[in-house]
Amino acid sequence: MDSVCIKVQNLSMAYDDFVIQRNLNFTINRGDIFVIMGGSGCGKSTLLRHMIGLQRPQQGDILYNGQSLWQADSATQRRILQRAGVLFQSGGLLSSMTLAENVALPITQVLQLPTKKVSELVAYKLALVGLAGFEDYYPAELSGGMQKRAGLARAMALDPEILFCDEPSAGLDPVSSKLLDDLILNLRDSLSATIIVVTHELASIFAIANNSVFLDTETRTMIAAGPPRQLLAESTDPKVLNFLTRGQTSTANSTIRQGVANE
Amino acid sequence: MSVSENPSNQFRANLQHGVLEIDMSGDWLLDGVLPVSDALLTRIRTDKTITGIRFLTRDLGRWDSLLVTELIQILDCAAKQSVDVDKASLPVAIQGLLTLAQSVPERAGARRSYRSVPWAEAAVAGLAHIGLHAKKMLTFVGELAISMVSVLSGKQRFRHRDLWLCIQECGPSALPIVSLVSLLVGLILAFVGALELSLFGAQIYISNLVSLGMTREMGGLMTAIIMSGRTGAAYAAQLGAMHVNDEIDALKTMNLEPMSFLVIPRMFALILIMPLLCLYADLMGMVGGGLVTVSLFDVSLTEYLNRSAHAVQLKDFLVGFVKCSVFGVLIALSGCMRGMQCGRSASAVGDAATSAVVTSIVFIVIADSVMTIICNRVGI
Ligand SMILES: Nc1ncnc2c1ncn2[C@@H]1O[C@H](COP(=O)(O)OP(=O)(O)OP(=O)(O)O)[C@@H](O)[C@H]1O
Ligand SMILES: [Mg+2]
Repeated sequence: MDSVCIKVQNLSMAYDDFVIQRNLNFTINRGDIFVIMGGSGCGKSTLLRHMIGLQRPQQGDILYNGQSLWQADSATQRRILQRAGVLFQSGGLLSSMTLAENVALPITQVLQLPTKKVSELVAYKLALVGLAGFEDYYPAELSGGMQKRAGLARAMALDPEILFCDEPSAGLDPVSSKLLDDLILNLRDSLSATIIVVTHELASIFAIANNSVFLDTETRTMIAAGPPRQLLAESTDPKVLNFLTRGQTSTANSTIRQGVANE
Repeated sequence: MSVSENPSNQFRANLQHGVLEIDMSGDWLLDGVLPVSDALLTRIRTDKTITGIRFLTRDLGRWDSLLVTELIQILDCAAKQSVDVDKASLPVAIQGLLTLAQSVPERAGARRSYRSVPWAEAAVAGLAHIGLHAKKMLTFVGELAISMVSVLSGKQRFRHRDLWLCIQECGPSALPIVSLVSLLVGLILAFVGALELSLFGAQIYISNLVSLGMTREMGGLMTAIIMSGRTGAAYAAQLGAMHVNDEIDALKTMNLEPMSFLVIPRMFALILIMPLLCLYADLMGMVGGGLVTVSLFDVSLTEYLNRSAHAVQLKDFLVGFVKCSVFGVLIALSGCMRGMQCGRSASAVGDAATSAVVTSIVFIVIADSVMTIICNRVGI
């Protein structure tokens, strides 16, 4: 369980000369549910883009099972990332295809299955995210939260070993959001997948994460890493505490800390 | 994941005191061998002695979504026959996934069904579709007229900066391509004319042909065709993409009428610029014709200029000028209309751009013929 799956090494990210984050160092173990936290605009999505090979680091590297992602040629990169699924912040569904076609796309790309099997798989994946029966809808005909869930169905179409989710629960009601947490936990347990989640949702962070990293906008680097509960109980950094307690004052702070830590 | 070495991933069913025991063994992986479960499903459907189903998972190897989809088939089938299924006999992880997959029931009425349409019905629907298109077009023109009036009367406004941007985009930026095309068209006209005229030694009249042809017809027409491909398509794509991103809806909520805020400046820019471009194209065409005539057909530059000045009168320029203004309106209209009617997907934006070009070229050619006939009848 404790073998290293992804190792981020001395990573610096920038758009041209504008540095977003520098000196990021953390590891993600196999079977982890790893949460990337931080204020809006601190570079969480950017970090995700670096990890899935869409954007070249300014400095540093990302190792998958000890194999460098950015020293490798593009064929190796593709092989490394073949067993990864990605849910983009804006869904990333192809707007000219129905949901069924969207979810079937990665399946038919990799596997040769009879049409009936593909449609059974599609129905199952859509049912998992609570979209049973919406096969023939186009993305534009769905609500924002439904698009998000459909994007997740596509991301996990191939039972990925590593699943990246950029704010999966943004735009979802508390109940659906809870179901999504259950789904993520279940995917980890059933497929022993490694799941990397960007999220702001505190309830969700404490419910699912067993490890995390906190990116800061001002110092442009990570200022905390570790299991969120432990951060809440032990961290002394006011920014981290503010985030994890939704900015409550320090008096209320200690009681919440006690409460959550005891849970 | 490698291809499974153990191809024994089949359901083995065994009836024990009315309880169907389904034994699942081996690896159940999507990239392995697919199981055949039809016989089992038929058995559950037809065998009335089955009262319950239990799973044996002692020899179950690795599994992924394949196994879960197979199980869903069995559960659905069993539910239809009201056969009890002992889900507790499945591994906990699978139970969890099955529960999740069934936790949000299908929303009633969400599923869509398609039926085949007889061709006669399709034909009628097609006609109705054309009617609908015509109606939409009229609605658009009407709305445009209304917002034009309210802009001119000062009730609605657009950003003047937008107008200048549009003018810049469809004017100066289009000059290189307009120059090239009109120069070559003038050149072609000269060659075509020379073919016949030099037989009679009447090369001098090539200049008449080129200058009349360019000013009355080709200058405006070529400019219009270039601009419909260049600017009309761009308008449709811009407005269409704004639709996809909810930008147009956002404008409406801010009390900005998209018609006057987006369409009017584009319209004005094209109407202002097109006649000027047309004049420029006329001149470039004559230059092109002159190059050929002077260098190849033994006509001096002064003669060429003289004949041209004689051949074209102000009214010829005006005919081209008016035609090109009309074309400008048509291009802006089709581009903006297709953009505003665009659907909400990436491919809809492409369709909008394509149909903007097609619509405007069809309208341009029709309008050109009508105006040419009128000029001929009236004797201008
Ligand atoms: N294509 C781009 N070019 C230049 N700068 C960019 C680009 N995309 C993002 N940025 C900048 O990078 C920073 C981080 O953006 P990013 O999208 O990673 O934020 P985020 O942490 O995901 O925020 P949120 O929680 O709001 O999604 C922001 O300051 C943004 O302005
Ligand atoms: Mg983001």
